[in-house]
Amino acid sequence: MQNNLLKSFAGRQGWTSILVLALVLMVVFPLGLDIFRLNLVGKYLAYAFVAVGLVVLWGYGGILSLGQGVFFGLGGYCMAMFLKLEASDPISTKIQSTPGIPDFMDWNQLTALPSLWQPFQSFSFSLLAVIAVPVLLALIMGLAMFKRRVGGVYFAIITQAVALILSVLIIGQQGYTGGVNGITDLKTLLGWDIRTDTAKYILYFLCAGLLIGAIITSRYLLGGKFGMLLLAIRDKEDRVRFSGYDVANFKIFAFCFAAGLAAIGGALFTLQVGFMSPSFVGIVPSIEMVIFAAVGGRMSLVGAVYGALLVNFGKTYFSESFPDLWLFLMAALFIGVVMAFPNGIAGLYESIAKRRSAKSDDTKSEPLASAPEKTAAAADKAHWPHPGAATATQS
Amino acid sequence: MSPSEIGGIIAMQGFAGLSLFSVLLLMALGLAIIFGQMGVINMAHGEFMTIGAYTIYVFTTTAATYFPAFAPYSFLVAILGAFCIAFAAGYLAEYLLIRHLYRRPLDTLLATWGLSLGMQQIFRSTFGAKEVSPVIPEWLLGSVKPTEAIDIPINGLFVMGLTVLVTATVFLMLFKSRWGLRVRATVANRMMSNAAGINTKKVDRLTFAIGCGIAGVAGAAFTTIGSTGPTSGSLYIVDAFLTVTFGGAASLFGTIASAFGIAQTQSISEFFMTGSMAKVLTLLVVVTILMMRPQGLFASKVRR
Repeated sequence: MQNNLLKSFAGRQGWTSILVLALVLMVVFPLGLDIFRLNLVGKYLAYAFVAVGLVVLWGYGGILSLGQGVFFGLGGYCMAMFLKLEASDPISTKIQSTPGIPDFMDWNQLTALPSLWQPFQSFSFSLLAVIAVPVLLALIMGLAMFKRRVGGVYFAIITQAVALILSVLIIGQQGYTGGVNGITDLKTLLGWDIRTDTAKYILYFLCAGLLIGAIITSRYLLGGKFGMLLLAIRDKEDRVRFSGYDVANFKIFAFCFAAGLAAIGGALFTLQVGFMSPSFVGIVPSIEMVIFAAVGGRMSLVGAVYGALLVNFGKTYFSESFPDLWLFLMAALFIGVVMAFPNGIAGLYESIAKRRSAKSDDTKSEPLASAPEKTAAAADKAHWPHPGAATATQS
Repeated sequence: MSPSEIGGIIAMQGFAGLSLFSVLLLMALGLAIIFGQMGVINMAHGEFMTIGAYTIYVFTTTAATYFPAFAPYSFLVAILGAFCIAFAAGYLAEYLLIRHLYRRPLDTLLATWGLSLGMQQIFRSTFGAKEVSPVIPEWLLGSVKPTEAIDIPINGLFVMGLTVLVTATVFLMLFKSRWGLRVRATVANRMMSNAAGINTKKVDRLTFAIGCGIAGVAGAAFTTIGSTGPTSGSLYIVDAFLTVTFGGAASLFGTIASAFGIAQTQSISEFFMTGSMAKVLTLLVVVTILMMRPQGLFASKVRR
């Protein structure tokens, strides 16, 4: 049993697959693609951070957050606010009626930098805020909900509502946030021009390196006791609770971890693309981020990266060449990964690999860490999950 | 400002709140059946509303071109048509997709989101990306003016009347008909209902389809207020889900109460701040209360 489990972990998140991914990201892409396309890949890799976080949160923890765009956006905005302040020094903004404040504030008749923006003049504070602000929000949301045993679809709906609130707020408060256009015209980072090709190369390698680091950290977390407990909570929450664990704390940690990863992704996105806007915060981008993880395989950290790359390549290619087909394809992806391929690309790859190894020797190992519906549905056949079920337990 | 003017403002403000209330309630009613009773997360609910809206568009424009004499009444017939077409679409969706996913609520959410994207593209390919407006009959235009300061649009009154009618029908069906009895039995105890000879699968399909049909009627009613585009349904989905969740999932009374509360909060705060900030404030209040009291305003007392 223990052996099988280890084997399945090794097969899924083994060092080989991480090494292959690192080779692809660090050697194949930079050698094979010109800087324009490499920059695009870097942008997709920023999304992959969110997908990796969702593997931990959703694949292992069974907690579906439809608000990852909130954390991605907050991380991105924290970074963008610093860059924007640097870009709007008094000399380059001297034609404004109030020089030294970001251009959109000037357009909205603001005459001084709002106090919310003041601390973002410091680079170290901004770097801290990139992680701290989203994780703090996740902590508050997690404490409020998981301690009260809100889970499942209720959690999904509330996170979605938070995504709506934040995007409406950003669009509504034009003078403070840049409104629907977002924060644009970002130029330098501590005097270093981020728009040159060299800078783009460096930022790409930074992004890819951090992503590999994030995968290794997640793998370390999931490979240990924490991963076991998350799986157990996903499949039979009550039993874990009755065994004496505080289920809520594990869920809160997973949520904060995923939020932190999403925030790093958002900050790297801002650096590579040069702007941040509410179109990465709302309901639609948040749910699209779930599909990256689902296509790659919700149980596979490495798969999530491939999923993010594949879906985004598809989006760029189809929305340029066949815009009508793209939404149909997206619809098919959503329905397909649910109905036919619950384990995504990683699952497909594994079933092929298993068939091959089954031919060579007869010992079949059943992977324990498969998508939830098989184990959970089998155990829960008699029960009918109802939205009230999550809350009924507490009364 | 004279007292009559202030009275007028209060009356108009009250009417705006009531109007928003009926809109919220109408769009939440179908969901209250699908999500509240069956526990199915139908993210494509807004698109079933759009089906209803486009049905009205097709019916009324056809009637206006080919049967001008019939045009004034075509709107009422079209509402029935909207119910039937949305019902049929819902029936089909349940058969092809939803019924395979009843045990996996989170996956239902993703699959129905996919369904909604597909439906949006179908609308766009069929009716174009531009927003369309149906031919509104004469008797729905204009406004009632009881006094100088008060001006109440007829289409708002019409939506209100329709909301009352649909709500009453849903109540009657749920609590007085055989179907309602079966639905309530299935919600309370699926195994036992099966054992008692209720074909719960058939009940599921019918319930889902009726919920979609009601969404169609809601979409039909909204054509009197605004125009219809391929993505207009998706604007309502979060509001509808929050309304049902806030009220307490399985309680129809809760849905009505929460629609009323949300609508009044929104319209009163709109008086003091911009529309988007009022929306933010309302949603924040609802989400905060939901975090404090996750079972909603009226928790059902059914033991599960």
